[in-house]
Amino acid sequence: MLAELTDRTWLWGAAGFYAAGFALGTFALLRHGRPSGVATYTLIALGYLLQLVGLGIRGRAVGGCPLGNHFEIYQFIAWSAITLYLVVGVTFRNSLLGYFTACLAATLTVLSLSIPGWDATQRAHIFGSNPWIELHAALAVFSYGVFGLLSLTSIMFLLRNHSLKSKQLGGWFSFLPSVLDLDHIGVRLLGAGVAILAASLGVGAVYWVRDLSSVNTTKLVITIAVWVAYALALGLRLNGRLLAKRFAWACLALFAAALLSLGPVDKSRHPMTPDTASLAREPRPLFAAFQPAPNDQAYQSGQDARATQ
Amino acid sequence: MSQAGLFVIGATHHRAPLAVREKLSLSSDAAAALQEEFSTFSGLKEFAVLNTCNRVEFYGVAATPDVAQRVSAAFCARQHFDPAEFERIRLNLRDREAVQHLVEVSAGLDSQMVGENEIFGQVKDAYAAAQSRGSTGPVLNRVFQKGFQAAKHVRTHTAITEGQVSVANVAVELALNIFGSLAKARILLVGAGEIGEKTAKAFQSRGAAALTVASRRFERAMELATALNASAMPFEQREPRLGEFDVVVCATSAPDLVVSLAAAKGAMHKRPARPLFFIDQALPRDVDPAVAEIDNVFLYNLDDLAKIAEENRAAREAELVKCRAIVREKSESLWRQVAPQVEALGVRPQLAPLDAQEQV
Repeated sequence: MLAELTDRTWLWGAAGFYAAGFALGTFALLRHGRPSGVATYTLIALGYLLQLVGLGIRGRAVGGCPLGNHFEIYQFIAWSAITLYLVVGVTFRNSLLGYFTACLAATLTVLSLSIPGWDATQRAHIFGSNPWIELHAALAVFSYGVFGLLSLTSIMFLLRNHSLKSKQLGGWFSFLPSVLDLDHIGVRLLGAGVAILAASLGVGAVYWVRDLSSVNTTKLVITIAVWVAYALALGLRLNGRLLAKRFAWACLALFAAALLSLGPVDKSRHPMTPDTASLAREPRPLFAAFQPAPNDQAYQSGQDARATQ
Repeated sequence: MSQAGLFVIGATHHRAPLAVREKLSLSSDAAAALQEEFSTFSGLKEFAVLNTCNRVEFYGVAATPDVAQRVSAAFCARQHFDPAEFERIRLNLRDREAVQHLVEVSAGLDSQMVGENEIFGQVKDAYAAAQSRGSTGPVLNRVFQKGFQAAKHVRTHTAITEGQVSVANVAVELALNIFGSLAKARILLVGAGEIGEKTAKAFQSRGAAALTVASRRFERAMELATALNASAMPFEQREPRLGEFDVVVCATSAPDLVVSLAAAKGAMHKRPARPLFFIDQALPRDVDPAVAEIDNVFLYNLDDLAKIAEENRAAREAELVKCRAIVREKSESLWRQVAPQVEALGVRPQLAPLDAQEQV
């Protein structure tokens, strides 16, 4: 019976667990209690497993990392953020990071599942047969997951800072980690995100420096701009010029901009014409997931893509 | 009063004011002598003595009805205290109520500062002392051991211990909210008075290692620094060296500001990434209120700290109802386990009818 479940069903299940983690935390906070760290972690871990199965099924169907449309990218970002939370979340026991992560994951997964248009197109074999391009795309989207978690710690920093400045320390403010801890974890996450995105760009650059015309200029500019902006924020932070509240706000603004940039990047892609088909046969660097697959004749529907497997 | 079974008699802060408690307080020698005397009482099967600054209580198992009365009389005689006066103020509980009282005391519900931690250790010490003296038996062993479990349950499953209720501890808690740990925090105490000293001690008790004292009278700063195992600094250096510290506790009697806005800005310029926490316990205030506007700088004055302590105290009081319900349930269950053992000692315990208990 489980084998008959579609990828979207598994992903709905995952979204349900994330939403349950968020609801449980909200319920506890409304009752002026501390969200149960163990319960939240367990719910998130269960959701993560279901999401892993769902993305695995989708990955097998498309013959690679499932990064072929808006839906899959949002799912992958949520999955990346959760992966990181499950690793670093242990150090945040008794804090609200699990609650906020559940909120982010539920938002991203439910949103992507609720908009049919985001999953209406599906490009099979989007990476050709080149695993490096797949790695390049996976690292790029994983870095977005890291930046997603960074935005959560930034929100927590702003809330903690506000509570201390306004001298409102009761209620759920008391469950937040310290200002300094949040600042340190923010810097580490930013460093990790910048490094991962740099690695992704490095892998992609191996291809596009050989043939600049093989990559869409809009996509290239936006992706590099995202990396430069984050790297600049890291440099300013380490230099002592972007600190505390401003640093947190900058991280939030950058993540919003990074998410919004996915739209223009997606729109910058066009179905291949016979003229561009020859170029498409070469592996595509930099968010290759957004590019038509080398052996695709055109966009296929998700149903069609799975049917071809 | 004249009834066999489990009992607790004594005097607590509820009905005995400080002046009376001073007279009733047992020195260690007096306590030892009194316990020696109790051990000769026929009919007193088991006993334990809890002696703190807020209470002196005798827990015992009486096989004959007059034992508790004899314990009271012996205590009053040793303390040269009027038995009639003691009769007026004393605590006198039996069986299930005695069990419930022990759990409430252990959980800090009966303390002057509701939810405080120290009493739990004091009750444990009292039990350990009685046990090592051989004055406990199957009844008190069970009552104390299970009572400790019940008290722990109350403390961990309710908010009775949450939030600090003393000004010094509130300041430390705030510092923890900013720095996470105090192990690496550098603390400057400006002013060598009693209030500042208390706060400094509270910081040290929570792991703060690097403490510096500055006072207008350098010899006084040196004296306090020696007592606190800290270092001293000339008062004039407080502003130029402000950037070296993470927490600045100001508690001087100076009529003017001791830390100016310019000094705070200068300090933050030197250490922009690290927060700076000012605790202004002085009246009139020592720290320019405008420093609170600086990013990454936090300022709390005496009113702020007192307000938080009061809010925490009120929150603990509000939690008492929930705690007492748990204690009632646990002590009822414990008493039902212990009652047959009391009976086995030749004592006939009285179990309240269940419907009556449920009405409680």
